[in-house]
Amino acid sequence: MPSANSSMAVLAGDWRNGGFGLYVHWPFCEAKCPYCDFNSHVVRLIDQTAWANAYLRELDRVAAEIPCRVLNSIFFGGGTPSLMHPDTVATVIEAARRHWPFANDIEITLEANPGSVEAGRFAGYRDGGVNRVSIGIQALNDPDLRRLGRIHSVAEARAAFDIARDCFDRVSFDLIYARQDQTLADWEAELRQALSMAVDHLSLYQLTIENGTAFGDRYDAGKLRGLPDDDRAADLYALTQAVSAEFGMNRYEVSNHAHPDAPSRHNLIYWRYGDYVGIGPGAHGRITLNGQRYATEAHRAPGAWLAAVDNGSGEKPRHCIDMADQADEYAMMSLRLTEGMDIERYQTLANRPIRSNAVDKLIDLGMIRQDQGRIFVQDQGFMILNAVIAELLAD
Amino acid sequence: MKQQLLDAMDIERERGITIKANTVRIDYKADDGETYVLNLIDTPGHVDFAYEVSRSMRAVEGSLLVVDSTQGVEAQTLANVYQAIDADHEIVPVLNKIDLPAADCDRVAEQIEDVIGIDASGALRVSAKTGIGIKETLEAIVKLLPAPEGTRDAPLKAMLVDSWYDAYLGVIVLVRIKDGVLRKGERIRMMSNGSVHHVDRIGVFRPQMQPVDELGPGEIGFLTASIKQVRDTRVGDTITHEKKGCETALPGFKPSVPVVFCGLFPVDSAQFEDLRDAIEKLALNDASFSYEMETSAALGFGFRCGFLGLLHLEVIRDRIEREYNIDLITTAPSVVYHVYMKDGSMRELHNPADMPDLTHVDHLEEPRIKATILVPDEFLGDVLKLCQERRGIQMDLTYAGSRAMVVYDLPLNEVVFDFYDRLKSVTKGYASFDYQMTGYRQDNLVKMQVLVNDEPVDALSTMVHRERAEMRGRAMVEKLKDLIPRHMFKIPIQAAIGGKVIARETLSAMRKDVTAKCYGGDVTRKKKLLEKQKAGKKKMRQFGKVDIPQEAFISALKMDS
Ligand SMILES: Nc1nc2c(ncn2[C@@H]2O[C@H](COP(=O)(O)OP(=O)(O)O)[C@@H](O)[C@H]2O)c(=O)[nH]1
Ligand SMILES: C[S@@+](CC[C@H](N)C(=O)[O-])C[C@H]1O[C@@H](n2cnc3c(N)ncnc32)[C@H](O)[C@@H]1O
Ligand code: SF4
Repeated sequence: MPSANSSMAVLAGDWRNGGFGLYVHWPFCEAKCPYCDFNSHVVRLIDQTAWANAYLRELDRVAAEIPCRVLNSIFFGGGTPSLMHPDTVATVIEAARRHWPFANDIEITLEANPGSVEAGRFAGYRDGGVNRVSIGIQALNDPDLRRLGRIHSVAEARAAFDIARDCFDRVSFDLIYARQDQTLADWEAELRQALSMAVDHLSLYQLTIENGTAFGDRYDAGKLRGLPDDDRAADLYALTQAVSAEFGMNRYEVSNHAHPDAPSRHNLIYWRYGDYVGIGPGAHGRITLNGQRYATEAHRAPGAWLAAVDNGSGEKPRHCIDMADQADEYAMMSLRLTEGMDIERYQTLANRPIRSNAVDKLIDLGMIRQDQGRIFVQDQGFMILNAVIAELLAD
Repeated sequence: MKQQLLDAMDIERERGITIKANTVRIDYKADDGETYVLNLIDTPGHVDFAYEVSRSMRAVEGSLLVVDSTQGVEAQTLANVYQAIDADHEIVPVLNKIDLPAADCDRVAEQIEDVIGIDASGALRVSAKTGIGIKETLEAIVKLLPAPEGTRDAPLKAMLVDSWYDAYLGVIVLVRIKDGVLRKGERIRMMSNGSVHHVDRIGVFRPQMQPVDELGPGEIGFLTASIKQVRDTRVGDTITHEKKGCETALPGFKPSVPVVFCGLFPVDSAQFEDLRDAIEKLALNDASFSYEMETSAALGFGFRCGFLGLLHLEVIRDRIEREYNIDLITTAPSVVYHVYMKDGSMRELHNPADMPDLTHVDHLEEPRIKATILVPDEFLGDVLKLCQERRGIQMDLTYAGSRAMVVYDLPLNEVVFDFYDRLKSVTKGYASFDYQMTGYRQDNLVKMQVLVNDEPVDALSTMVHRERAEMRGRAMVEKLKDLIPRHMFKIPIQAAIGGKVIARETLSAMRKDVTAKCYGGDVTRKKKLLEKQKAGKKKMRQFGKVDIPQEAFISALKMDS
């Protein structure tokens, strides 16, 4: 019979199923894209030294709380981290190495925008320790790039991509589809081009209209026309799966495709519900301390964050995540993966069995499959994953 | 004076007293040097409460017909003035709001003569706001309206005009003394049931309650007598002394009967007992509101409630939701049908779900109304079309200036639901409408069922005219297709009469709702989405495998065109 203590121990180690990572948020961009609701800001001057120092202070603070962990991944996300000075990046990586031993296969990713200036820094990032870049190409035709409000051209993007390939073994890029007036044929042609360019990883996101963005406002005003309805979006999604499979780039997550050995290690930490430290404005983290999992969130506004760091911590007050919520979070994240959700792990966190009538209903409808103690979302189910998850987790 | 009146009412409202017919007594020193005691009753305007008007008319000897000189005669004005005429009242027309620039007294006076047919040449011109004409009005009451008759020495004979519940005083009874004198401390008898009460308190409204020693012939006042429930008093009853009472009762009133029924169910079934409590409390003060428990396969436990009309229904529903904090599912309002069985018996049908097996039914009758609509000329065509669509039979069409007065014989069932909304929308709010029940008439009526995913949803059953069934059925399934969110599977929605499908739509399966992007480690954001979905689901009712949003039960029946 498991004692309270041993089950505590199991829970204290739950994060190991996902690993341990570090997310560093860089909140600046050259221009704000009209669809984007990430925490990104356009400013005239950035004091790189001040930012490097702030990151270091945050790392010192968090590492003191969570010592002795092997680090599986570092991710510089944004915003546009390719606006960071290579020295800033190198300093952060160095500090992380001092705090936590690196796993042999540690993945250190930097998100880059495909401008020429950024591409010039790629070698510097590599020398500082970055071993993977993810480039926001977004579209492979100029008219669509303009409609998406991007400030680069396809030619620049291709050039940046080529430089990245010279510098790094692992290069991924992002595309946004389900754009205004995009037909299935348009997308298929563009996707085929992308797949033939791709190295080992590709993120294919359907355009989401977010509240509070320029697109959101235009949409509400009825001025953003030609967006696909749900039915066409589903067709576009199905097409995307079929075509990428042809190229051996299967989906491993809702919107992420990779060769079998090349999924993003960092993203897997999130989706396998591991622990991750989040530093930088608005960064989120999940960390387990003394058997309790916490949700952390940093101050969002860059200035406020810097000031808070100066005062000792960039974090807002932390929240304990109770077991039931951990179970929900684990399910919500893991079901996005083709590798699915471990039922036993879910039940241990939830401290109750999974709702078998919901499982049966979803199996009946062909939304999920159950095999060897795991639940796998099926093709049809991925398209309506929010509903599937809501059904499974309903109380 | 006006200021004082409002203040007093506010206080009363805060104390939770429902003032239904407002009464006031004033002492007026007239030009002839005499001081007169005037008892006034202000009547509610809306058709649902027409019975209150009629009983008030019976308690007084004459009427002031107050017409807004900026608006003119409304359908309600007509309904109320006819009641006064029925009660044999002397009627004094009063044109109000003459302080406003839009006032057009000559035109309105002409209208009163044309539409109502009473002499308005001497109509008083008044502003309740500035006080112009008030004195003339009081003078007119003294001069033109008959003084009450009645004999002080005769045995007590008083009419029970109204009653309501007060948290401090218990039931308050409004009485009009016809003969005799009522004093505090006396024992009285209600002639309808012989019940005897001890009078604790008597008084008048000025407009606040003021105790008096006695109430004599012609006076209107109140009494309290430790009566616990409004139901223990019967409006129109005759009150007399326990001993040496009068011989014959006054002719009573027709009791008000509910004409519109609907089911009220708590959205959260755990709130059933709270709902029962709320309904009982409301019924305490409103004898015209009836209820009985109802169970529905789909909606669980609730109540089938009867109302005087749609406004009454809305008032009660809103009070339950707001004052008692209970989210309600309101099923489609229905009228009372008379179902004549083959064996010759008759049953009242309050709920389409209870429609007996057709093989035993001989025929059905439905309630009809006489609807009076006043409408500016330019909208007349739309109004006629609307009435025609609702199976109306035109009875009269006359003009008064640029306005038309149309009278239609309509089935109540076509009106209870959204007729008034439609009328307002086709006339941009310029029409006024009133109705009276006229009686029952046989028609070709059938019960239409709605099946969602092949399961009948009893809460969506309605009675319809056979010839209109197809159209209604089609409109309903189309509406439901929009109201029910897509599910993971496709859902047939059908309308059927006795097993025969007359309209069908298919709600296709949900195709895409996944959030493409992963917001880094921001799980919290996904969590919020999940919570939102869960909350959304709570606002729905499950029928078999299908979740139906609560507002669908009402919205599905609305006809837009
Ligand atoms: N300007 C003006 N407004 C008035 C006059 N009499 C009433 N009103 C306003 O008209 C509205 C309706 O009055 P109310 O007594 O509630 O009407 P009822 O519902 O027909 O009894 C209120 O806003 C009053 O303040 C008047 O003589 N002049
Ligand atoms: C954190 S963003 C920033 C990456 C980088 N700054 C860029 O724009 O190239 C990561 C990716 O999310 C995707 N993305 C951002 N907003 C989106 C939206 N509204 N709908 C779909 N995808 C979006 C884009 O593909 C973008 O490359
Ligand atoms: S999409 Fe990328 S570049 Fe554009 S505003 Fe967002 S983070 Fe910045």
